[in-house]
Amino acid sequence: MTATESSAVKATTGVPFTLNGQELHAEEGELLIEACDKNGVHIPRFCYHKRMESVGMCRMCIVEVDTGRGPALQPSCMLTVTPEMKVETESEATKDAQDGVLELLLANHPLDCPVCDKGGECPLQDNAFAYGPGESRFVEEKRHFEKPIPISDLVKLDRERCILCDRCTRFASDVAGDSLIHFIDRGSSTQVNTFPDHPFASYYSGNTVQICPVGALTAAPYRFKARPWDLTGSPSTATVDSSGSRVLVQSSQDKVVRIQGVDSDAVNWGWLSDKERFIYEANVSEDRILQPMRRAVDGSLEPMRWNDALKQTSEALGKKAAAIGGARLTLEAQHVWQKVLADEFSVVSYDASLGDDVSADVVDSLPKATYDWAFNAGSVVVVVGQDLKEILPSIYLRLRGVVKDGSVELVEFNYKSGSLAKLARKSVQSRPGELAKDVKQAFTATPGERSSDLNCLVDTDKPLTVIFSRPNVAESADYLTEALQVIQSVRPDAHFLPAFRRGNTVGAQLAGLTPGVREVATEDEIIVEQVAVVGRPTAEILQEAANGEVETLLLLGADPISDFPDKALAEAALDAVNTVIAVDCFENPSVASANVILPVAMYGEVNGHFVNSEGRLSPLGARVTAPGLVRSDLEIAASLAKTAPQSNSDAQSSLETSHMLGSEPIAWDLLELSSEGARIKTPTKPIQRVKADVPTVADGLRLVIGNKLWDQGTIVENSRTLAGLCETFKVRINPADADRFGLTAGAEIVVKNAKATASVPFITDSSVAEGVLWAPANVRGFDPRSFVTFSESVCYVEVSAGEQK
Amino acid sequence: MPTNNYLPHLDGYVDNEGPKIVTSRFNDPNNYKISNYKASGGYQALESALDISPDAVAAEIKDAILLGRGGAGFPAGLKWGFLPDVYPRYLVVNGDESEPGTYKDRLLMEHDPHQLIEGCLITCYALGIETCFLYVRGEMALAQERLAQALNDAYAQGYIGKNIYGTDVGIDIVLHWGAGAYIVGEETALIESLEGNRGMPRLKPPFFPAVKGVYMKPTIVNNVETLSNVPWIVTNGADKYKEFGSEASPGSRMLAISGHVNRPGVYEVEQGEVTFRELFYGDNYCQGIRNDGDVKMFIPGGGSAPWFFEEQLDLPLEAKAVGAAGSMLGSGAIVVMDQTTDAVKACLRVVRFFARESCGKCTPCREGTSWEEKILQRILDGAGRPEDLDLLLDVGSQISPGDYPKAAWEAEGLEAVPFPPKQTTICPLGPSSVAPITSALRRFRPEFEAKIAAGRTTVGASS
Ligand SMILES: Cc1cc2nc3c(=O)[nH]c(=O)nc-3n(C[C@H](O)[C@H](O)[C@H](O)COP(=O)(O)O)c2cc1C
Ligand code: SF4
Ligand code: SF4
Ligand code: FES
Repeated sequence: MTATESSAVKATTGVPFTLNGQELHAEEGELLIEACDKNGVHIPRFCYHKRMESVGMCRMCIVEVDTGRGPALQPSCMLTVTPEMKVETESEATKDAQDGVLELLLANHPLDCPVCDKGGECPLQDNAFAYGPGESRFVEEKRHFEKPIPISDLVKLDRERCILCDRCTRFASDVAGDSLIHFIDRGSSTQVNTFPDHPFASYYSGNTVQICPVGALTAAPYRFKARPWDLTGSPSTATVDSSGSRVLVQSSQDKVVRIQGVDSDAVNWGWLSDKERFIYEANVSEDRILQPMRRAVDGSLEPMRWNDALKQTSEALGKKAAAIGGARLTLEAQHVWQKVLADEFSVVSYDASLGDDVSADVVDSLPKATYDWAFNAGSVVVVVGQDLKEILPSIYLRLRGVVKDGSVELVEFNYKSGSLAKLARKSVQSRPGELAKDVKQAFTATPGERSSDLNCLVDTDKPLTVIFSRPNVAESADYLTEALQVIQSVRPDAHFLPAFRRGNTVGAQLAGLTPGVREVATEDEIIVEQVAVVGRPTAEILQEAANGEVETLLLLGADPISDFPDKALAEAALDAVNTVIAVDCFENPSVASANVILPVAMYGEVNGHFVNSEGRLSPLGARVTAPGLVRSDLEIAASLAKTAPQSNSDAQSSLETSHMLGSEPIAWDLLELSSEGARIKTPTKPIQRVKADVPTVADGLRLVIGNKLWDQGTIVENSRTLAGLCETFKVRINPADADRFGLTAGAEIVVKNAKATASVPFITDSSVAEGVLWAPANVRGFDPRSFVTFSESVCYVEVSAGEQK
Repeated sequence: MPTNNYLPHLDGYVDNEGPKIVTSRFNDPNNYKISNYKASGGYQALESALDISPDAVAAEIKDAILLGRGGAGFPAGLKWGFLPDVYPRYLVVNGDESEPGTYKDRLLMEHDPHQLIEGCLITCYALGIETCFLYVRGEMALAQERLAQALNDAYAQGYIGKNIYGTDVGIDIVLHWGAGAYIVGEETALIESLEGNRGMPRLKPPFFPAVKGVYMKPTIVNNVETLSNVPWIVTNGADKYKEFGSEASPGSRMLAISGHVNRPGVYEVEQGEVTFRELFYGDNYCQGIRNDGDVKMFIPGGGSAPWFFEEQLDLPLEAKAVGAAGSMLGSGAIVVMDQTTDAVKACLRVVRFFARESCGKCTPCREGTSWEEKILQRILDGAGRPEDLDLLLDVGSQISPGDYPKAAWEAEGLEAVPFPPKQTTICPLGPSSVAPITSALRRFRPEFEAKIAAGRTTVGASS
């Protein structure tokens, strides 16, 4: 169930109708069930869901309606209010019908409420109690099915409990576009099921568990973990990506056990990706680091005292130090870290993002869109870069909805077609090094030479939003920057929406934890404070470190060895520095070379704020206490400030206030924090125009390294259920290229260039552009960054048939 | 090409004396071939229709009062008039015939596929339709084969396709095979199935096919027999058509008679000119009840129709009269049961059909029909309880609330089960299961009670 309730405001104009004798008004085209809700009259329901099209299946919402031809029983979720309609929700006929539907729904229901996850928050229990007959006259043997069957790695289905409301199946096909669960069989044998051998492998499967009105669908990570009456919840925001989905974090016995989507009109409409929903499992991972650690001479880790750890850190930061990471912290922690690093330790080299995303400067130079603005009917959305489904999955659902119903036109530019390519007006397949050229061609061609599908881009009044992301870490970021600048020059009215992979990247920018100069303002453009910062791009930091010019490297929840585009450089840098301090919760390839590990609190353990890719500010709620000796980022930073050699008292007091959810860097009292979150608007700061290199022409394929939702990211790897979802490495090649190079499906192929040679599995995939070899980043099996030379703007590889097995 | 090797394949047509409208060519065993059809005047109705305006053709059909033969008996001409001025629009031919006891559309498709095709083409022309879908029940292999051949031949000879008869009229007919579900005979479920979805009805309103049908475009759904009448009406005129049948129901009907009669089969019968008694006992028709027996009850119009008994034998075979008496001619399936029939078993048989064929979409039908089936089965198994009979009626009233639950019709002196029923369901399938229960209980309650009493003794003895 979603957590927002519409407030009861009675309309005085609109369609007049009579509800239980009261003269009222409904909106034009409004469903009767909604009109009743607004007027405080609750009609019981199961299948109706306000974010999906009604199907009128369960018949629970039947009421007596007279449209002039005498009273008739009608489902209120399918009926729009018409003038002079008379509705009786309390009449004998209505009550009989409701009573009847409940008796029938319960006839075959197993009534295993005592062992059912849903018991205590179950609409079937609630409606049976409020509207049901009280006892059953059904004495026959109940219907039986095997209980429960797994329909995916995350979701289990108990068909005996299912009331066949079509919510899960409707969600899967209509909202997610993953038509993998269906009704099968007929009559009372009707059941939800998957196709044989095709599990419900959807990025969104958890939503079906949340909207199932009974305990038929349960989530593997939550099953039997708690009872609803044990749960306490805190409103919060998902942080696994930058979409800013609103959630309720729920705990029992001081453990996060469930995350539910919250229906926020402006953001995620109640839907979550499975990553956003199930990420909390990592909090209780056995591998979590629960006390400060130091690396012994033999390379093993041994516990140490916090005081010693902080002292050692403080000393190390006092030398030539640099910091990487911080895009996943709360806004408060980002702010305090920035202050501590810059003011207390005079560290000037820091970068919250890892050089694998769009740079802060570029983002700052563009006028921003909100989701609502982008997805408003009659607009045009241009996606430049990766498939939104892989990087901002919950927002992808909103885009899918408006593209599918035809209210928004979509044009995409990428190296591998996105999940909406079939519904898009045009999906332009480009190649590394040619993105800017292809975008320019589309936006500047004369009407005669332009495909008519692209007419929505220029010479039109339709508002345009560009949703962009770094399309490929194996090529220079300049191509994307140039492409965005081209669009901006042709369409100065265009709005832009960055699709950052890391959660609080915009927060880090606002807090000044990314390189650049920024101003911060509220919605009404009042400039609140100007924050001038320096910082330094990760690439430069790592280069300096590799050159031996950095003594201490601080990793703020960062794993540059896995994420930075040039893996060798990251490794060299970590090797070359004297001291690596990791503020983290787990060991990962980079933390493996840390000398000191400061164990830090995780999601659901700290309060604070989050800024999503729109610039929308929303809260992060602490629901449970951090385990072991773990401390929050804020605490760690504040303690370090105290031990700082050149500790300055002004900064000290500023820190202490910040610590209590302080007043900087944003004037919190000027922002209204609504349930949708306030939005912070950053005025644009123009940057230099970029002219990317013309790519060299060579034989072979151009390498693209793109992202999948499930990868070996540290938190996913440490989530029991999610870890198994990461795929094994295989490359994708357009069938025409496979033919050209004589590659046979099923066999491995040899990929090589000057930097590396590898034999890897491959599949042909016509969604990949010709001339491109598409490889997933950071999945199991092989790291495609071994082919990349960071200084070259495009990376070529040669492919040939491998050994026949 | 293999023909008619689908065994066992019973034809079932009985050539009785009397006027012939849709079966006029049935005596030619090769009439399904285009050459034979043309030799007997085939495709000339289409030619003459193309000579007049589409509106004039539609007006002629409307004037003829061609009642729908799929069950509801709604006048085709009137239905066609509901189409909003939106294009494209579609014609869908309902050839999914699967109501228990109904097998007349199958014969029309097997014996005279071109007559149906010609009817479709004329209808499309009259309504400005360019695409027609012919939805044929999955199990009807011979009908499909003959229709496929007929369509290919008619395409090859230019009756279907572009520039029909040299005009600029172009019509395509698409043959679609069902996958074996009774519910897909319901027009909105048929449309869902046609679109490639699971066959489950859509709610009306808002999804009236004439407004939001196939692909949400205006769509006319007509039964095979309905459309098979069209060429005759165009050739002979509405006035001539109305010389047959009654004022309210002109023309003839294909009636499929099954059960305990001596000569079951499909008869073309002029509407209103024959009574049930004549049909069951007349030499020209079914020639009496088997073993010289008597009728115990009969279903006048398909499994979903309330039952009739001997006192209704003298009703004319005509929709209005049958409707006034509390049942319907429906799909023209008449099932006759003699005195040896076990009313409880007969009731279970019909209820079970609906319980098994319920599409499962809406709660009252999905859960209620199978509950009814289980109670009836239990009574037959000797484990019935006295309270089960009112429970049966009450479960029925949850699917189809009316004034008659709890044996109220007797108290109120109601002559017959109220019909058509009110419903809590999406489509009339669920309520269809209630008609046999209320019919059987109203008439044969003592039989049910006897079963329950006998069951209680046996059960008691063995425990
Ligand atoms: C459960 C159910 C089953 C039906 N089955 C059929 C059928 O098999 N054939 C048919 O023509 N109409 C069937 N109908 C009626 C159709 O919905 C529709 O009314 C009819 O095809 C319209 O054609 P007509 O106006 O020419 O009679 C069925 C209706 C219901 C509710
Ligand atoms: S599993 Fe749940 S959501 Fe899906 S149809 Fe059954 S009751 Fe509805
Ligand atoms: S009444 Fe029965 S057949 Fe009709 S929609 Fe409902 S479940 Fe399906
Ligand atoms: S809520 Fe309206 S029919 Fe289910």
